[in-house]
Amino acid sequence: MSDYVLEARDIVKTFPGVRALDGVHLRVRAGETHAVVGENGAGKSTLMLTLTGVHRPDQGTILLDGRPVTFSSPQEAVRLGISIVFQELSLVPSLSIAENIFANRQPVKRFGAIDFPELHRRARQLLALFDLGGLDPATAVRELGPATQQVVEILKALSTDPKVLILDEPTSSLTDLEARRLFENLRRLTSRGLACLYISHHLTEIFEIAQTVTVLRDGKFVCDARVSDIDEDFLVSNMVGRTISDAYGRRPDPSTLGPVRLEARGLCGAGFTDVSFRVRAGEIVGFSGLVGAGRTELARAVFGADRLVEGELRLDAAAVAPRTPREAIRLGIGYLTEDRKTQGLYLEFPVRANVAANRLDRLSRGPLMSEARIDAAAEKAVRDYRIASGEGDRPVRTLSGGNQQKVLIGAWIGIAPRVLIVDEPTRGVDVGARSEIYGFLRGLAAQGTAIVMISSDLTEILGLSDRIYVMKAGRIAGELDASVATEEAVIALATGAGAGALGGAAAAPAEVH
Amino acid sequence: MEWLRRLARQREFMIAVVVAAVFLGMSFASPYFLSSGNLLALLLGLSVEAIIAVAMTNLMVAGGFDMSVGSVVALTGAATALLLVSEVPVWLAVLAGLLLGAAIGTFNGFIVSKVGINPFVTTLSSLSLFRGLTLILTRGKNISGLPDGFKALGQTTVFGIQTPIIIAVVLIAAGDLMLRRFRFFRQSYYIGGNERAARLSGIPVDRMKMLAYVFTGLLAGLAGVVMTARLGAASVTAGTGLELRVITAVIIGGASLQGGEGTVLGAFLGSLLMALITNALTLLGVDVYWQTFVIGATLLAAVLIDRLGKLRAAGAGRRVRAVPARGGKLAA
Repeated sequence: MSDYVLEARDIVKTFPGVRALDGVHLRVRAGETHAVVGENGAGKSTLMLTLTGVHRPDQGTILLDGRPVTFSSPQEAVRLGISIVFQELSLVPSLSIAENIFANRQPVKRFGAIDFPELHRRARQLLALFDLGGLDPATAVRELGPATQQVVEILKALSTDPKVLILDEPTSSLTDLEARRLFENLRRLTSRGLACLYISHHLTEIFEIAQTVTVLRDGKFVCDARVSDIDEDFLVSNMVGRTISDAYGRRPDPSTLGPVRLEARGLCGAGFTDVSFRVRAGEIVGFSGLVGAGRTELARAVFGADRLVEGELRLDAAAVAPRTPREAIRLGIGYLTEDRKTQGLYLEFPVRANVAANRLDRLSRGPLMSEARIDAAAEKAVRDYRIASGEGDRPVRTLSGGNQQKVLIGAWIGIAPRVLIVDEPTRGVDVGARSEIYGFLRGLAAQGTAIVMISSDLTEILGLSDRIYVMKAGRIAGELDASVATEEAVIALATGAGAGALGGAAAAPAEVH
Repeated sequence: MEWLRRLARQREFMIAVVVAAVFLGMSFASPYFLSSGNLLALLLGLSVEAIIAVAMTNLMVAGGFDMSVGSVVALTGAATALLLVSEVPVWLAVLAGLLLGAAIGTFNGFIVSKVGINPFVTTLSSLSLFRGLTLILTRGKNISGLPDGFKALGQTTVFGIQTPIIIAVVLIAAGDLMLRRFRFFRQSYYIGGNERAARLSGIPVDRMKMLAYVFTGLLAGLAGVVMTARLGAASVTAGTGLELRVITAVIIGGASLQGGEGTVLGAFLGSLLMALITNALTLLGVDVYWQTFVIGATLLAAVLIDRLGKLRAAGAGRRVRAVPARGGKLAA
């Protein structure tokens, strides 16, 4: 009998022109959380799709409870006990929690009518696993916050009673606090014997939740280790194959900062009230807070994408009031969205079209587009931001998350902004590209741009910002000097320091052990 | 050789090859095919739909859609004819027809972009609304007895070529150039590519969508006027089913219902291909009932070939990410 509930040996998987997996090993014990780390393109996703029967390996063996298995379909992998929760939510917003959890497997009565009482009973049992027993399973998913939606997604995977649960970036839409809550629940599940395979770019999370870890690089197995035996630097250097030092770059001396570039006084709008802040030329100002604290709403209103109901905005001391993104861009204000796939990129278009999108007027001669200028702008972006764009006119959909983000950053730095607001600039971006992005933002600030950075990643807020504003429930809860700010101080401001606010999006009672 | 490979990847190139093949085949198969009479009749037949296809391409590139163009053709034709028979000057009646088309486009555009109703539902309503209005205005009767000065608009020939063909060709050339080269129309591709991203890129999405509908209504109005002039009468059934022919041509030419792609030249070639196939089947003596079937097969073949090409391209870029939405349903 094997020690491992799931084992993969020498997995090879090739796609036309690419060896996506090249001799990968993986060993997962029951009752433990096993992390898989690697940069985008390292083969994590392909490996997961192989383990869940979406892809068939060209070579190698998958063993479940020590017995070799082959999956002819994803359904068969589920039947044999492997369930996956994808990074992108796959819920149907208009249907109820229960119907989402048991999609296509609803208990039925005669004539195929859905047995709703039974369906809701089973859903409640599952919800109780995550301390959500009080939540009505008939609630439509669209009424839930992102954290609770994530839970429903996980319950959907758990409803098939798996031996191995695979989680792909489960915290990417959660705040740190919501993530911690998720971890507590995952620990409880693994203590009952479930094996959990955990994919994440956030290395700090891995030290929090996982017991063992496997590192992949360029489709190859690099090493596996017990988490207690290693540290973050070890993981990073194994992932990127080199040592990354000082990811955030050096903070400028405050005396070298320029005059106040953007000043907001008493801004009010949908989701935020009476917000005042100022950003100096060359300064990176972090905005921290829980999801729903009003940071994105504030940024969109400053950018003219949503309505600013009240308040005064001054750019280089002159009063401005952009009513559309178009006007904001003309003033030199840029906004990099938190959601690059649905609101940032034109996924089916090549890099050049994406880089040109927000400055068509500058890349044309009179009314005519200048293909030469677009090409020059695209080449500059690819070179300056080291975008691995592949050959020719491949759609940006085919690029890795880090490269996609670099395309967006290239587009916004391309307008030579006076003020750039970046919303979650490294979400879903691998470690290597992440430190590059920090470098680009630092470099942009050094040229005098005022940068507003919204981030739910506390390490990033503390590491990159010169100054930090913390928002809570639509208002500025406090301002901190980044050189002395601590994680605890930020969290205290974000939550109002009351433990009652730690519950996340759903009204979940606190766990008592 | 890079330019050749690039050319070969263009949808227009593929259809042009098919058009050329049909053309070549037919010139051997039928002695009448290459006669100028046959070719001019073929072009005259597609001129009305080609005029509308210019604007429909821009609209579909921007992710929009207009089912009402056939009804607009009938209504603007009837309105122009009614004005003419009540002795309104020709120029004024024509102008009224064009403005009526633009007004209907404004109506569609307002409901779609400002109220936010789905384009299919909106323009499906318009299809019935304006066909119905045509019947109400004309009491279901065709209107003839139009002045010669008006009929000349559709019946004059220049070097043996009828005016509708000339109007269509000029509009196609201008429209293709505008969509390819002009910054203003380039914005349509961005809107169709990702509407929410386009807003944040500073593109005036609502205004552009509105204008795309106005432009479509205007050219449908022009088509209605030209068609009425050519026939010398306004028919209440004019343009029935025309919207589907236009949309089919635009899609064969490389556009998709999602938006973000398509060209005017492609749409024209799509329209030409459909007309050629119909013409070929007639000349070859194939039962007339097969024509519609073959058009359907052509559309399906065009989109299938397109899909295969994209799948192959995606295969090469697979390394990065290929996570399917689980369950294949609406991914949030």
